[in-house]
Amino acid sequence: MPRPDPTANPPVHLGLDLSDAGAHPAAWRTVGSEARRLFDPERLVELVETAQRGALDFVLLDDAFALQPSRDTTLRGRLDAVLVAARLAPRSRGIGLVATVDTTHTEPFHVSKAIQTVDHASGGRAAWQVGWSTTDEVAAAFGRKPAQSEADAVAEADEAVEIVRRLWDSWEDDAEIRDVATHRFVDRSKLHYVDHDGIHFAVKGPSITPRSPQGQPPVVVRAQSPASLALAARHADVVRIRATSQSDAAARRAEVRAAAAEAGRDPGSLRVLVDALVVLGPDEASAQARLDLLQSLEGTRWETGSFAHVGTARGLAQLVQDWTETGAADGFTLRPASLHTDVAQIVDEVVPRLRAGGLFRSAYPGTTFRDTLNLRRPANRFSAAIA
Amino acid sequence: MTKGPRKQIHLGIHFPGVNSTTVWTDPRSGSQIDFASFEHLARRAEAAKLDFFFLAEGLRLREHKGLIHDLDVVGRPDTLPVLAALAAVTERLGLAGTISTTFNEPWELARQFATLDILSGGRAAWNLVTSPDAFTGANFRRGGFLPYAERYERAAELVEVARALWDSWDDDAVVADTEAGVFLRPGAVHPVEHHGRHFDVRGEFTTPRGPQGHPVLFQAGDSPEGRDFAARTADVIFSMHSTFEAGQAFYRDVATRLEAAGRPAGSLKILPATTVVLGDTDAEARERAREIRLQQVPGPTAIAFLEQVWGTDLTAYDPEGPLPDVEPDPQADGITRGRVRHVKDPRPVVAEWRARAAANGWSIRELVIEVTSRGSFVGTAQHVADELDRFVQADASDGFILVPHLTPGGLDDVLDRVVPLLQERGSFRTEYAGPTLRDHLGLARPATTRPRATDPERAAAALVG
Repeated sequence: MPRPDPTANPPVHLGLDLSDAGAHPAAWRTVGSEARRLFDPERLVELVETAQRGALDFVLLDDAFALQPSRDTTLRGRLDAVLVAARLAPRSRGIGLVATVDTTHTEPFHVSKAIQTVDHASGGRAAWQVGWSTTDEVAAAFGRKPAQSEADAVAEADEAVEIVRRLWDSWEDDAEIRDVATHRFVDRSKLHYVDHDGIHFAVKGPSITPRSPQGQPPVVVRAQSPASLALAARHADVVRIRATSQSDAAARRAEVRAAAAEAGRDPGSLRVLVDALVVLGPDEASAQARLDLLQSLEGTRWETGSFAHVGTARGLAQLVQDWTETGAADGFTLRPASLHTDVAQIVDEVVPRLRAGGLFRSAYPGTTFRDTLNLRRPANRFSAAIA
Repeated sequence: MTKGPRKQIHLGIHFPGVNSTTVWTDPRSGSQIDFASFEHLARRAEAAKLDFFFLAEGLRLREHKGLIHDLDVVGRPDTLPVLAALAAVTERLGLAGTISTTFNEPWELARQFATLDILSGGRAAWNLVTSPDAFTGANFRRGGFLPYAERYERAAELVEVARALWDSWDDDAVVADTEAGVFLRPGAVHPVEHHGRHFDVRGEFTTPRGPQGHPVLFQAGDSPEGRDFAARTADVIFSMHSTFEAGQAFYRDVATRLEAAGRPAGSLKILPATTVVLGDTDAEARERAREIRLQQVPGPTAIAFLEQVWGTDLTAYDPEGPLPDVEPDPQADGITRGRVRHVKDPRPVVAEWRARAAANGWSIRELVIEVTSRGSFVGTAQHVADELDRFVQADASDGFILVPHLTPGGLDDVLDRVVPLLQERGSFRTEYAGPTLRDHLGLARPATTRPRATDPERAAAALVG
């Protein structure tokens, strides 16, 4: 596994949210949205091809067990994000594939092998965004337990992530020996029971799936509350934060890093990315006009929850430079208002400006998502414990 | 001799499993994990116009004498992501996978299969199995396991809920009318409400109805309960009856059960798993088959197999020598875990094996090779093609699921040499007739089973099992 050269990998990370038709709920109604292809995987293949032309770090596939909130005009309907990531894997190169999977109503054993399998199928480009559910609606869809508070759901997610991470290490890298002389396919001393016996789960292990190319696929956590901040500090490789300004982002990033240090981790091993809603245009007025059109179609205010850049590609490139150079962020999760309009502009107009300034890669530094994030492939906790 | 068009053979291809059929000691044996192996097999199968690719599931590594069984292939990827990835590199091939009904919930499974059907353009199939044991349950939050009698009850209820969820979106639900601002046709997504013994499920499903309506359902159980369940529920039976006579008897039995379940003849396809060994002459094929069996049953595997029956450690015995002289332990249960123990009382089995070994002069290894041999077609390509066709034309099956012994190229010769002969005689397609797996198998696309009642309370009540 080649170690990425840090000097060849500028410290800006850019992901792209490919959920729905874009981050704005009215995006599907605009010209060119190809709304009828919303569930066509080839639409996503094309978007991923564009994103990897820009050598962006990752595409993000959101998911939930409930439909988007009901409004007659709104886009509704979801596909299983892990399977979408798997569908994209053989048709993409270099780019990370981040799939959201719930932990409140799923089994960590299934989650672990699903993400591992996307990692195998993609040659080491899978990542898991940890989800959790607190609504009555999702609880009723499973009917096994009542809705949980955020604190309880995040505590359960924390336990699930710990189990998944242990399962990912439950095979040592060289467990498969194919020793013809003794007729042993594996060296079973290199397979490990995880023997988790916790509050929400008891899982024996080992995984049925051998350790994957990244060993530990990156774990992505949205830190939007004290509970989820603590989860991110303990487990996340990539932390998504929301921020309303550069100084707000700086404060939140510092908070995440302090919490990680408190949890006994090197803050330098976390990548803190700010969610940025993006509406681009050739000038500020046209970008604003695009947003106004989207707002009028939807008929309500757009609750972005984080910073929104409504303006030019040049302005977004400048913003990325300012925020990352001052340590307000390690990068951004760009959430294009309209995928069909904004993705190409990000790749063709924002990325070249960042490259010209020496701020962004022109090619992927390695083959895996960890290489792109400049995170080393971790040693296996079980073999490390023996050594 | 026959009148009318020839009965068409259906062929699936099984990715090599984690059992002693798969030979990993051969120098040509490739990775069981790398996606390239799956892609190779799937692309070759599609080039030969096969009906589907099949992938089994594992939820706990097998153990033998309290240790992870290390003599066979160990480790495999997750079923559904592999199938979704294969959808990206194939265009027509059906994509079938085993998923347990015991350690999954209907809401999640239904959306995974609806997603796979959409991502593959209508090629998804679900081989529905039940998992009996607490051994497997130790990996899951619900833990434990179900009493035998409840396994099919839960499976049947799970399928019922999954079908209600698949049917809860009308086929034309997504209109995406940008001018009018209507994404979903109003009223086209019907809330589902199910309250049963095993599941309470309520809500608006998240995922559109797939191109096939429902994925094709496979079922593999062979018990009377399993056969009845298949006759009521399945589209395909993954059968183990691979000899001609047993195949015909099974076929007749299932046909009777299908009729009793009120379903039309031909709506349930019977596909036994089988292996094929080719040679330029019949003698050469038999010699190859013999070599493969020796590769599949090395000495330690033969001993481990006997230990499953004897229920005790037999490593002191020479696999090339006579059968153990100790008596089996009828109380020893579960020396091998993670696979079903078929033998209840081992003593009659052991007595019979001793008699056969003595009569034929067999060693332990030779006996195990004999008693673990399943139906296999061995001979020249012409002979094998004749035999496959004879089975199907005489209703011993509707086709086969071909199981290679090598990963990933173990069936290349069958696809290259046997399939064209079947095509020549008009028993196997030369082009896919349609885009979906249902098209390949000649299965109707299911109508929505959701009641058309306008009163939502009545509709919900009708869904309750």
